[in-house]
Order: sequence, then C-alpha cells, then structure tokens
Amino acid sequence: MTYACPVDAIPTGEGRTVTVDGHRVALFRTAAGWYAIDRACPHAGGPLADGIAADCSVICPLHERRFALDTGAPIGHDGPGVRAHHVEVRDGRVYVAIGVPATEGVPAAA
Amino acid sequence: MSLNPSDAGVVVIGGGIAGLAVCEAVRERDALVPVTLICAEPRLPYDRVRLSEILVSGASAETLQLRPAEWFEDQHVTVVTDAWVAQVDARARTIALADGGPTITYTSLVLATGSNALLPPIPGIDQPHVHAFRGPEDCDRIREAAVSARRAAVIGGGLLGLEAARGIASQGCAVTVVHLMDRLMERQLDAGSAGLLQDTLAMDVELNRQTAEIAPDHLRFADGDELEADLVVVSIGIAPETTLARAAGATVNRGVVVDDALRTSLPDVYAVGECAEHRGRVHGLVAPILEQARVAAAALTGDGAAAYAGTIPSTKLKVAGVDLFTVGDAEGDGQAVAMDAADGVYRKLATRDGAACGAILLGDLRGAEALSTLVRRGERVADALAALAASLEAGPAEMADEVQVCNCNGVCKGDIMAAVTERGATTPREVMAMTRAGTGCGSCKALVVDIVALAAGGEVADEPHYLCPCKQQTREDLAALIRADGLESVSDVSRACGTGRECGACKPALAYLVSEINANRHREERDARFINDRVHGNIQKDGTFSVVPRMHGGVTTPAELRRIADVAEKYDIPLVKVTGGQRLDLLGVRKQDLPKVWEELGMPSGHAYAKAVRTVKTCVGSDFCRFGLADSMGLGVEIEREWEGLHTPAKVKSGVSGCARNCAEATIKDIGLVAVGDDQWQVRVGGAAGGSVREADVLCTVDSRAEALRVSTTFLQYYRENADFKERTYDFVPRVGLDAIRAAVTDPATGAALRERFRLAKAAATDPWLERREPYHPHQFTNPDDEDGAARPALVGPPTGGAR
Ligand SMILES: Cc1cc2nc3c(=O)[nH]c(=O)nc-3n(C[C@H](O)[C@H](O)[C@H](O)COP(=O)(O)OP(=O)(O)OC[C@H]3O[C@@H](n4cnc5c(N)ncnc54)[C@H](O)[C@@H]3O)c2cc1C
Ligand code: SF4
Ligand code: FES
Repeated sequence: MTYACPVDAIPTGEGRTVTVDGHRVALFRTAAGWYAIDRACPHAGGPLADGIAADCSVICPLHERRFALDTGAPIGHDGPGVRAHHVEVRDGRVYVAIGVPATEGVPAAA
Repeated sequence: MSLNPSDAGVVVIGGGIAGLAVCEAVRERDALVPVTLICAEPRLPYDRVRLSEILVSGASAETLQLRPAEWFEDQHVTVVTDAWVAQVDARARTIALADGGPTITYTSLVLATGSNALLPPIPGIDQPHVHAFRGPEDCDRIREAAVSARRAAVIGGGLLGLEAARGIASQGCAVTVVHLMDRLMERQLDAGSAGLLQDTLAMDVELNRQTAEIAPDHLRFADGDELEADLVVVSIGIAPETTLARAAGATVNRGVVVDDALRTSLPDVYAVGECAEHRGRVHGLVAPILEQARVAAAALTGDGAAAYAGTIPSTKLKVAGVDLFTVGDAEGDGQAVAMDAADGVYRKLATRDGAACGAILLGDLRGAEALSTLVRRGERVADALAALAASLEAGPAEMADEVQVCNCNGVCKGDIMAAVTERGATTPREVMAMTRAGTGCGSCKALVVDIVALAAGGEVADEPHYLCPCKQQTREDLAALIRADGLESVSDVSRACGTGRECGACKPALAYLVSEINANRHREERDARFINDRVHGNIQKDGTFSVVPRMHGGVTTPAELRRIADVAEKYDIPLVKVTGGQRLDLLGVRKQDLPKVWEELGMPSGHAYAKAVRTVKTCVGSDFCRFGLADSMGLGVEIEREWEGLHTPAKVKSGVSGCARNCAEATIKDIGLVAVGDDQWQVRVGGAAGGSVREADVLCTVDSRAEALRVSTTFLQYYRENADFKERTYDFVPRVGLDAIRAAVTDPATGAALRERFRLAKAAATDPWLERREPYHPHQFTNPDDEDGAARPALVGPPTGGAR
C-alpha cells in the first residue's frame, strides 16, 4: 500500500496518471469510488487516464478500446486486458497496492 | 355530399384539439363546404397535451401550435380568433358573438367548447397563489411563482397533478402532492402499482388528505394537520363547459348529451370533446376526442352510418424517467401480476368474466400494444399469466393488423403496412406524414419504424438513429426530453433516460446536446468530454497534444509569427506544420505545458481539436488577385469571427473563394462561398475532401456579402440543431435533403428563429484557452506525477529530415 496522491488531485469523473513504486498507473475517481489500472493501453500504449470513464469502465482516448475499471478486463473486444490494482482512501489520501488485485465490483470509498 | 359554397356551412365553436380535429375531419371528407372555426383565445389551436413544456421551459404557447396559419388558408377554413360565442339560436341556426360581434349563420354547428379546471369551493381557493393547470397562462404564472416560492403543493394525484408537480420541481421548488384517495392515479392504477409509482417518482406525497382550507402559506387538512405551501396548484378534474348548450336548450347532464353520431338534442348541433357526454361518459383524453371528431364529421357530411361506440381509455404518464402505461379497467375479477419492486417493474393484466379488461405496465412497457389490443377487443384470456408473459415477446411481426399502434391518432399496424405496400411510402417519415402515426405524443415512434421495416422487408431508408444503443432513443427524442424537463447537464440526462446510468460511449454526444439545447448555458461537466475538450488540445499518438491558435481567415502578422516561433523554441516543440486549413500547428506539446503555451501565444483557440468551427480558408480575393471578383479574405475573416467558439455536431471546415477559380477549394467544404460577380455569392453546403470526397451542393446564390453571411450562419445553426453527433455535413445534407434544408434556412420565420438561437449560443461562448488563467479544476492539466518531475514520454518527433 503506497501513497499515491491527495484525493483532490483528481476531479470527480476523471482519471490521472500517477507513479506508484515506479509503476505508472491510471487512477480514476468516479462517482462510485476509486479505481486503478495500468496506465498504458495494451493496443498502442494510449494513456488510459485520459479516457472517458463511466459505468465502471474506461474508453481509451486513442482508438476507443474499452476496459473494466474493477478488473481491467477488455470489454467488447478480444485483445488483452490490463492489470487492476487495489486502492484505498484514508484521511483524504489515496493509496494504491500494485499487483494486489482489486476486489471485483467493490471500489474504494467515493 | 358537397354543399353549395354559398351555404352557411359548418361552424365549430372552440379552438381546442377537438375543434381543430373536427375541421380536419370535415375537410378530409368534403373539400367545398365552408368551415368556420371560432376560437375564444387570441391564438390558433395549440397542443394542450404538451402544455407542461411551457411550464418547464417557459416556451410560448405558439411553439405548441397544432397547424400553421397557412394550413387554415390552404384548407379554406375561416378562423375567427379572440371571439367568444355568447349565444346559439338553434331555431334560426345562428350564433351570436359577444361584445356586439356579428351573427353567424350555420348549416351544422359543432360545440367543441371543452372544459374548465375543476376548482372545489375550499375556503381560500380564490387567492392569488392558487392556480389551475389548464392553459398557457396558468403555466406562465406557476412557473413564475415556482422560482420564488418556498414550498409548493399540488392538490390532486392524478395524471395531470403529477405532471404539474414534476414541472414545478423542475424549477427547483420543493413540491408535495396532496391526494384525497389512498393511492395515486386511483382511476388507472391498483394499490400495488400506485405504491411502486410513488417510489419511482421520488416526490413527497400525502395520501388520504382532504384539504379543508388554503391559507396564504399553508394548507390545512380536514384532520387539522397543516402543510407549508406558498404556491398551490389545484388539479382535481375537469368541469365540461356547457353554458352555451344549456342556454340554447340542449340536454345537458355533466356534459352536453350526445348520441352515437355525436348529435345533441338540438337539430344539426353536434358536440365533440371534453364538453360532450356520450353514454354517460365525459372523455378527457385526446384519443377518444379524435375518434369523436371523425364520427361527427362523417355524420354532418351525410354519412348516416357513422357511429361512435365509446373508447376504452388508455394513458401514458408524460413524466421523464417514469414509464407508465394503463389501459381499460385494471380491477377485474381475475388478474395476473408480475412485479419486481427492486427494479420498479409492475405488469398486470386484468380480466372480467374471462375476458381481458385492463392492463397496467410500469417500468417496462414491452407488449403495451399487444395487451391494449386484448383489452380493446375484450378477448377471452384462458391463462392471464401466459398472456402477460407472451406480450413480452410480441414483436411487430406477431402483431395482428388491427392492433392499434398510435393511440393518439388511432392508427393500426395494418394502416402502416398498407402505407408501405400499397401507397408507396418508403421511409418512416413518409409513413408518419401519410398516416399521422407517431405524430401525437410520439411514444409509439420506435414501433412505427419497426413496422415500416417489417413492411419493407427489413430494409428502411432511415431507421431510428439511436444516439447510443444504451439509450435506445434518437437525438430528437432526447432533445425533446431535455427541453421538456429543462435538463442542464449530462448527468441529469443520464439519470432521466435509458438505463439511468452514465455510459462512456454517449457522454460526449450528450454533452453536445445539452449545450446546444441550452444555448451554451448548460452545466458543464468535464468528465463527459473527450480528452481533447477537457484540455483544449488535440491528443496525438504519444499522448502529447497539438496546439493550433486561431488566425481568422488564415491572415496573420509578422508579430504573431514571431511570437509563435518564440513559443515553439521555448517549449521545445518538436514540429511546426502548416495545416490544410492554412493555420500553424504546434505538435508535441506536453499537457502540463498547455496553459503556459497559450499564455505566451496570447491568441484565441483555433478549436483544431474540437467538434467545432475550425477554419475558414480564404484565397486572396480582390485585394491582391487579378481575377478576384470580391473581398474573399475580408468575408472569410468576418465569418470566422462570427462563428468561432461554437461547437458543432462534427468538425466544420469552411472556405471562401473570390472567383470561380476557387483557390480556397470552397466547393469541397462543409460550408463554402464562391464569389460569382456583381457582389453575388454562391453558398454551398455538404462538401468534403476527407475520407469521402463530395462536392458541396449549391444551397442558393445571394445578392450581397451580408446575405451570404446570413444564409451561411443560418445553415450552420440548422446543422447544429439537427445533425446527429459526429455526423459531418456531407452525410447530413443528403440525409435531410437539400430541399428541406433550403426551405428551413430561407424561410423568413424559421430562418430568423435559427439566427436568434445562434445569437444566444454565440453570446454564451467563451474562449476555452482562457482556462489557462481560470482552470476548470485546479488539476485540469496536471497528473500527480508531473509535479514530481516524472520522466517525459518519448515523442514521435518530426519526420526524418526535420521540420526545423
Ligand atoms: C397539462 C395537460 C396535459 C394533458 N396531457 C394529456 C395526455 O398526455 N394525453 C391525453 O390524451 N390528454 C391529455 N390532456 C387532456 C387533453 O389535453 C384534453 O382532453 C383536450 O385538450 C381537450 O380538448 P377540447 O378541444 O375538447 O377542449 P379544450 O382544449 O378545453 O378546448 C375548448 C376551447 O373552446 C373554447 N371555448 C369555450 N367556450 C367558448 C365560447 N363560448 N366561445 C368561443 N370559444 C369557446 C375554449 O376557450 C377552448 O379554447 C392533457 C390536458 C392538460 C391540461
Ligand atoms: S479564387 Fe479567384 S480571386 Fe481567389 S485567388 Fe483564386 S483566382 Fe484569385
Ligand atoms: S491505444 Fe488504446 S485503443 Fe489503441
């Protein structure tokens, strides 16, 4: 569990790239809660943090591949997915545990 | 039977839905008989059903007008507005207007005087903060009051009361529905569905409450309890307007009594609509009224066999986000109910003596037509549960020809099929024009389209183009919803339709729609915008952005060029490129550098990243060119200034050429202008030289530069309002048809309205690059790790052999 950023560094509904333990992850603050997945789209490296997030998924801004925010699984295409990481929020600070799978469907507190 | 035109003809009293329907139905049967329509209001008949739109949006009653003034002229229907009929003399066959107006002779008279809102004699009901919900004036007053009221109460939990309450709530005023009975809409719903509806509505509701007194700031109930309310709307029913009929000696109970031919007890006097009582019933809905109008018209034009057998009432609740359909009487002696309270779904089929007698569908309207046909025909139902389940599967192919698809206009599946197979219609639009199916409240539109597809063997020219599969609603449907409910943000719209959840695929389209409809006075939600519009730059394959400052008409200055060069060097911008639209593109800018780059450029955004007006390309024109016939550069600059900053359904590129040599390639632009001499300009639309190449169509040729600007702007607004998101003009123009576009753009009235809406949108547009000083969010342009000085990603860089 590593400190990533303060809660208010990310506007609600959007994602940002953060570096945690040397890994660059896309961290999302949705109305339903927080999610973290790998930063780069496996298709051509698109910055997933810049995608549009809704309904627990994100759409890559470059060629519109879609990934589940809770599991990193690809949605609607056969390509590879991305890793999802565990997020926790404590006292206005966001922590990410790299490689610890996120609990499916259960985001960190909004 | 045609009457002699010199005869007195048909006189209709009352310019409501019923009065107009009678005029239409008479004209359909007889082109010659004189028809006169007398309206008490100063306006032509309007669509009362859509009244709550006025309450929600503040639109004028004129926007709800049912037929344009030309229709009455074309059809030779004389309309007298602002005229109150004071007396009917059935022996002399005359009517007299109030205030000494003329006396009018009739051959047949139709009373379509409608009704008034029922106002019970509660103490305090005549105070200024108590309103009925019946006419446009009521809506204006309620709307005005809702803005400053602290708390509103709506007395009456029927169809209209709920609509009124939703309208008031849309103005941001807290509202409570007060109902005398133990459940909402008790005439249509049973206890189970009413309870579920109440949960779905998420509104304060007080049941079993009899209002005993209305005080200036509260209601007092019969049991002594009080409810705070400084705005009160009373919607407990209607009182048929029968004064004229009664004074003329007609038989009147609750309404004017009519027989199956809609005849009153007076010779050649008919009554139709909410003023009429047929077989002991007064109908307060549009479908029966239209049916009555057809029968009355048949009878009074000599069809002795015409008979009205009554209508089994069906209702749809017009409250956003609530799907409710009822037909007939849902309290039979047998019933099948399927309910999922968690999802707010309730489906019921009721039977009496083994025959279908009523149905309720809440939260899931599938099979509404099938069930309503069972009920209308009173079909025997051996297994109600099986019939209810089967209705879920009933697609258009399984429906019988007699199934009524459009309840407002009484159009059956067979009529729609015939329009395609026998009358030659090929598109849903043509079918709607021919049969009027889908032109009432519009809730059957999707089904109409499906049936047209069925009739056409699966292929239809224009299928409903859903804005997104998640919503199953077209752009028009969503636009109507946004207008009706005054929705101002993407999240409001997402909540109000479809699955009720946000969907990443259509958020940007909804963002465009809410901003367009609210003339840019919407609530901006950045997370609904594509990354380009969140940071106002064009994302490139390596995640950097490109920056194109605006140079109106492609005209620049040495100082500007010097500044651009300095910025490019200072921020290590790897590539500077002249774009196809004659602008300078700075490629490879890091997101966090964007605000500084803009600041130092000191130029407005060129919107090169956005679905917006991008460039107006110009040739040099008469200023320098030896062939130039007009000032193409000047006009190009002027147009670009006029249009800059406005978002559009897809990117818009424009061009202005000073003569037919067309150096600005204006004939392959979304909007192109070509000077043709004598200050004349050819205005072309729908061109493209992108993935598909299309020569622009000539919209018109105009006589002055000012007119050229005006027509182009009008077209731009028409496109902004009517195209699907991401639909370029080269798809839009052929889809809609040049003739239709020309008609709308060159018509003085619609043109002026389009330009007015354009003006409003433009007035609210700002330069997005000013967000460099006032960011939308403190971290709009930064990642948490930029601040840690994280490594810069490798850039694509200039092509080998370099640009610099
Ligand atoms: C807010 C609202 C929402 C509704 N929603 C729906 C819906 O979703 N579905 C549905 O089916 N129905 C709906 N209705 C009901 C529907 O609008 C009415 O049933 C229908 O409009 C009645 O039409 P009408 O022509 O009979 O009466 P009216 O509309 O009342 O028209 C009668 C006209 O006659 C005029 N008149 C009366 N006396 C005289 C006189 N002496 N001289 C001259 N003129 C006279 C009146 O001024 C009036 O213009 C709604 C009604 C309201 C108010
Ligand atoms: S289009 Fe005509 S006016 Fe414009 S530069 Fe070319 S030749 Fe000159
Ligand atoms: S890089 Fe993500 S879809 Fe192509």
